[in-house]
Amino acid sequence: MIDNIPLNAFLILSTLMFFIGIYGFLTRRNLITMLMSIELILNSVNINFVVFNKFLYPNHLHGHFFSLIVIAVAASEAAVAIAIIINIYRNFKSIDVDNLDQMKL
Amino acid sequence: MTLNDIMFYLFAGSILTFSLLTVTSRRILRSAVYLLFVLVSTAGIYFMLNYNFLAAVQLTVYAGGIIVLIIFSILLTSHVSEKAVVAPVRQQIFSALAVAAGAILTILTIVKFVFTPTTSPAVDANVTNVGRALVSYNRDGFALPFEVISILLLAAMVGAIVLAKKEKHLVPSNEPNTNPENPSKS
Repeated sequence: MIDNIPLNAFLILSTLMFFIGIYGFLTRRNLITMLMSIELILNSVNINFVVFNKFLYPNHLHGHFFSLIVIAVAASEAAVAIAIIINIYRNFKSIDVDNLDQMKL
Repeated sequence: MTLNDIMFYLFAGSILTFSLLTVTSRRILRSAVYLLFVLVSTAGIYFMLNYNFLAAVQLTVYAGGIIVLIIFSILLTSHVSEKAVVAPVRQQIFSALAVAAGAILTILTIVKFVFTPTTSPAVDANVTNVGRALVSYNRDGFALPFEVISILLLAAMVGAIVLAKKEKHLVPSNEPNTNPENPSKS
């Protein structure tokens, strides 16, 4: 299905997505949008693993399973991060990182 | 240009457009929906690569689970019409410069490097092979990562519940009568 498309096209796509995620992580001030930038970064890394597996080492499934495990880690990371964000909102009434300058009330 | 090429460039274009919109949109709820489009397009790319199981997992876990979680937390922590605080323009410009420099460096490295694919016969990534490999402890099996990831998920879910729970029994003496849950107590 993907005979005509070069490997470099996929790699450039995931590179651009990765750096867009980093830009969001650097410029956003809201904890939830920073979490969404992290999801973008993890997603681009997943594309990289899968494409390397498909194009370079199709005799194994290692990249496929690594992506599966990264998806599971991303799910648990999002759950814990959102629990922490809700707790922060309950204590500080704000989730902007500029207002969060103390660990304890 | 075949239909496959058109599909790939369509998916790639929508991924790039919507990820840019995700990190630049002022409304948080909209950027969550743009992130959903990015994840669905990524699942489309997995389908193009014939990794159907991975694409299904991407759709259910990412697009179904994480996005719903993020939207719930947005609704819990901010108003729908609220606009996100943006960084100062100076910081945005410098971040964009650093990111562009990194992207150009990485893309130049990718374009110069010569990849040599293996010549061994390919393994079909259908659900039978994936399921066998996931629970097999032979040389190409992934039983140990599978068990480790299940324990990690369990621990993360228990931790998330404990973290997000209200701690109302810890400081009972500081709030005399204003507790709406049990107004009968003195």
